[in-house]
Amino acid sequence: MALNIAYFAWVRERMGIADEVVDLPAGVADVGALVAWLAARDARGKVAFAEPHRIRAAIDGVMMGPEAPLSGAKEVALFPPVTGG
Amino acid sequence: MIRVAVQPGAINVAAELDLHDAGGHGASASFIGRVRGDDDLTELFLDHHPVMTAAGLADLAHAAADRWHLSALTVIHRVGAMVPGETIVLVLASSAHRAEALAACEFLIDRLKTDVMLWKRETFADGRVLWVEPREGDQARAEKWGA
Repeated sequence: MALNIAYFAWVRERMGIADEVVDLPAGVADVGALVAWLAARDARGKVAFAEPHRIRAAIDGVMMGPEAPLSGAKEVALFPPVTGG
Repeated sequence: MIRVAVQPGAINVAAELDLHDAGGHGASASFIGRVRGDDDLTELFLDHHPVMTAAGLADLAHAAADRWHLSALTVIHRVGAMVPGETIVLVLASSAHRAEALAACEFLIDRLKTDVMLWKRETFADGRVLWVEPREGDQARAEKWGA
């Protein structure tokens, strides 16, 4: 399944890219599994996703937890906890 | 009137306040957040999401308008690079009476720290570059308002 992934803040800096299209392997079914897959995929992912509890996600514009399914998703955004204001 | 903006350009506080002044509202409460120059900070950079940041601000503004009787509401957040002294965020809430304007203003500034897709990065004179970590106190202040 092709999926757009967008990265923000230090996740983007550590990944070295703002976004990418990935071909998800079977078995990567939710946000938590996606983060684990990215962490295992290459050296940049290992650094960016070393602490999964510090990663937040949104699927197609809606904030979601790690258990959220990816089926039907067009874009997943991965980012740290927000610090605006 | 609800006005929400996410913008890279400077926030014109006086012009925004003029709009509330001209509205004949009984009370207006304001919050202005500015870049602090602590520890020789030279730049504050605000990262944002091209769609979700503005949508999140709009959601919060409408939540405030649902909760309190507001006659006008302005929420503007700056993004991109800023220097000490510049305005990061402006909240203006107008109502017939002070209590609702003050409460809405406090709600908005508390919740936009935890609910809106914005990330601060600090650059210091000695070359250090650090992403700001969320503060537990901010989370607690946001949660006191409920869902």
